[in-house]
Amino acid sequence: MNLTLRIWRQQGPQDKGRMVSYQVTDVSPDMSFLEMLDVLNERLILEGEEPVAFDHDCREGICGACSMVINGTPHGPQKMTTTCQLHMRTFSDGDTIDIEPWRAKAFPVIKDLVVNRGAFDKIIQAGGYISAPTGSAPEAHATPVPKADADAAFEAAECIGCGACVAACPNGSAMLFTAAKITHLGLMPQGQPERDSRVLDMVAAHDEAGFGGCTNAGECTPACPKGIPLATIGRLNRDFLAASRKRSGETATAG
Amino acid sequence: MHDNSDLFITGEPIADTKAPDGPIETRWERRRFSAKLVNPANKRKMTVIVVGTGLAGGSAAATLGELGYRVKSYCYQDSPRRAHSIAAQGGINAAKNYRNDGDSVYRLFYDTVKGGDFRARESNVHRLAEVSVNIIDQAVAQGVPFAREYGGLLDTRSFGGTQVSRTFYARGQTGQQLLLGAYQALERQIAAGNVEMNARHEMLELIIVDGRARGIVVRDMVTGEITTEFADAVVLASGGYGNVFFLSTNAKGCNVTASWRAHRKGALFANPCYTQIHPTCIPVSGDHQSKLTLMSESLRNDGRVWVPKKAGDTRAPGDIPEDERDYYLERIYPAFGNLVPRDIASRAAKNVCDEGRGVGPGGLGVYLDFADAIRRLGRAAVEAKYGNLFEMYERITGENPYDVPMRIYPAVHYTMGGLWVDYDLQSTIPGLFVIGEANFSDHGANRLGASALMQGLADGYFVLPNTIGDYLAAGPFEKLDESHPDAAAARAQVEERVSKLLSINGDRTVDSFHRELGRIMWEYCGMERTDAGLRKAIELIRGLRDEFWQRVKVPGRGEELNQNLEKAGRVADFFELAELMCVDALHRTESCGGHFRAESQSADGEAERDDENFSYVAAWEFTGTGERPVLHREDLNFEYVHPTQRSYK
Ligand SMILES: Cc1cc2nc3c(=O)[nH]c(=O)nc-3n(C[C@H](O)[C@H](O)[C@H](O)COP(=O)(O)OP(=O)(O)OC[C@H]3O[C@@H](n4cnc5c(N)ncnc54)[C@H](O)[C@@H]3O)c2cc1C
Ligand code: SF4
Ligand code: FES
Repeated sequence: MNLTLRIWRQQGPQDKGRMVSYQVTDVSPDMSFLEMLDVLNERLILEGEEPVAFDHDCREGICGACSMVINGTPHGPQKMTTTCQLHMRTFSDGDTIDIEPWRAKAFPVIKDLVVNRGAFDKIIQAGGYISAPTGSAPEAHATPVPKADADAAFEAAECIGCGACVAACPNGSAMLFTAAKITHLGLMPQGQPERDSRVLDMVAAHDEAGFGGCTNAGECTPACPKGIPLATIGRLNRDFLAASRKRSGETATAG
Repeated sequence: MHDNSDLFITGEPIADTKAPDGPIETRWERRRFSAKLVNPANKRKMTVIVVGTGLAGGSAAATLGELGYRVKSYCYQDSPRRAHSIAAQGGINAAKNYRNDGDSVYRLFYDTVKGGDFRARESNVHRLAEVSVNIIDQAVAQGVPFAREYGGLLDTRSFGGTQVSRTFYARGQTGQQLLLGAYQALERQIAAGNVEMNARHEMLELIIVDGRARGIVVRDMVTGEITTEFADAVVLASGGYGNVFFLSTNAKGCNVTASWRAHRKGALFANPCYTQIHPTCIPVSGDHQSKLTLMSESLRNDGRVWVPKKAGDTRAPGDIPEDERDYYLERIYPAFGNLVPRDIASRAAKNVCDEGRGVGPGGLGVYLDFADAIRRLGRAAVEAKYGNLFEMYERITGENPYDVPMRIYPAVHYTMGGLWVDYDLQSTIPGLFVIGEANFSDHGANRLGASALMQGLADGYFVLPNTIGDYLAAGPFEKLDESHPDAAAARAQVEERVSKLLSINGDRTVDSFHRELGRIMWEYCGMERTDAGLRKAIELIRGLRDEFWQRVKVPGRGEELNQNLEKAGRVADFFELAELMCVDALHRTESCGGHFRAESQSADGEAERDDENFSYVAAWEFTGTGERPVLHREDLNFEYVHPTQRSYK
């Protein structure tokens, strides 16, 4: 099939950037979306033009590197599918496809479709872990975990840190990403001792990194390739309230 | 002796001098006791560079940070969490014996030595089996959400032909969950100021001063800035080199550069030809193909593998009657049928396709048919077991495997070879340690399923943090800066190479060279290797390498994000590695594990090992691009598990 691509080109962080149109011909429906861009890039190189920069690595939907807004939707039209797993048979001959980077204050563009998602690592640094120095672990079976909790924790832990939720959110909020980690660790018995500090510190880091506040717009879950449920945000909010109350209670008694 | 002396020179043998002898069960304990300790106050004065943030590098950097060392960590992705370990699906082995099914440290040790076709060191493998149990404890403490049973205890499954159930898993995302555990521990150390993280930084050279590894040259992949970084020891955890084949199940960025640069500076490269080819991957769909996707091996439990009996049969699978189908694995291997080990299943698929009986585009595929399973168990049961895999298959191919048989074909998956290390995981360059898939250590000529995750974490959490102290106890070493002549020279090398690549401005893209190199490797150094084929490959590789340096076109500048420049540097190193792989494959005239030499097979086509002449590790020394490398042999001794030939008939 033949397609028109309109791709965001931006030389560097200082450049203003613009949409540029390209025609691609002979696209096979069996190509992945990124393979279609590979073909375009091979051509651009030989024509002496700069190829389009984009992040990718595993190309099987698990590393979270790929990140494109396709026709206005993060990761494109297919539900529960990352850009790298999207195949061209989803499109039709003659289509025009708009391709843009994640757009969010906390994810500045580095070049073309590549953005800086370092703010996600900052959120994890603030408390997205269980402190268990190597060698200090008790026997694994010392603490059974009810299967239902383990399964629910797993579902939240599936987050690949891609940032589609942020790109989809009108406020540029990373609440779904943050809540996924809070939920994963908060459902495990091992995660209880740090539960309060975790939620307070991660939310503070989230705000500090320049992500917007959550207003329950609900755009994140539909864009999320792993289907992280909105309910995780509810869980984060409850944990946050409980922890804040405790903390202000502590300060009150202390004062 | 095998005279291939036109291609290599035989040098002095080498030996691992670090593993204690005596009873194997106490060797690790004795080594830990004999290793010197670093006084805690001194740890803070010492810096360790760790290249790579996969299971091996992530766990090592976090643990070294906890121990009090100052750690500098590097990865080429935008976040340490995206290292290729994230993609591992199936699971991780550990000798917990929670099932009471007769498993033990000794059995895991035994299975791994045997599975490696008697080409691994017994001491290393025993240690791996010992620490396997600590890995599960550690991961659970970090909150890794392993699959659990209704009683709340950990679930296990059996994997890759073993008779015990020792594989722990987290659905099909075990690598992801284990890596996130290590990544979170790493982020905690970053926050604590013990680890300095440098994402989107690529190591392009090793710095050696006074015979010790003292630093690396890195390129900031965003700004293009090239800097020298110093430390008291350098750890490479940079993963495997399967992408030398262009098409593999590895992530697109996986590369050999860090290891190769160290090899060029004196680190021996061991068993480069040992490659694992996985039988159940989704076949190539056209020339645009950029990578291959693995389908879990578990599918072979219920799927039946077949091709048409007639060559060139283009009928749809449903139109081919039962008696015109060849269920070749069941026919040739009646005892194991569709469940023969990976290498055997892969080679059998290649053979039927070579006979012109392959199916799908280009005739490079075989059917994996679930019709019988659906009839026998019902569609719902099949869906419950394999639903997510079927979905993944349909997403990629557009075909529904409930109605039409899947098409599968083997693909490069893992590389057992890597930099040579001793029992302490130290390479032949003092102060350079190598862990995870980047070293050659524990899997011999063939890795068992679910053992790479185990090895990466064993190295990073438990082995390296103990052994590196023995080396660092002599430190801290002299303080260095960028003005040191050896550092300046290493940096100049990198700068020259970058500007060379940018200046050629030829008429072929990097990918076109990489694809062509991959085709040569797949054809001649893939599932089946012959003397004539390997010699031809070496010639082709040399010709293509020369062409690369004359005709490659790398657009853009060095002082910016330039993904083609990154690729070009990696492909340049793959060219050199490819030649060494062929030389290694050529010199090893036996068949063993993933290495099948057509000349070394029994009358009925089974691999024949030659213990008399090849029971050794081949460790290669670099002497110059296109120059004959020097072979150093490390003899392997089997005191516990006695070599036998495999048979699956
Ligand atoms: C699809 C797939 C499924 C698998 N499933 C399983 C399984 O179920 N069980 C199992 O045991 N094994 C499995 N394996 C194998 C296993 O995943 C790998 O062997 C293992 O994860 C390798 O870990 P590592 O830490 O050594 O390297 P990697 O995870 O590959 O990490 C390499 C690191 O090095 C960095 N790096 C590389 N080069 C440079 C450089 N020049 N400069 C800076 N940084 C660099 C990268 O950024 C990355 O951080 C699977 C492999 C694949 C491909
Ligand atoms: S919550 Fe979903 S969309 Fe957001 S980072 Fe995680 S996987 Fe991506
Ligand atoms: S490239 Fe890894 S998720 Fe898309």
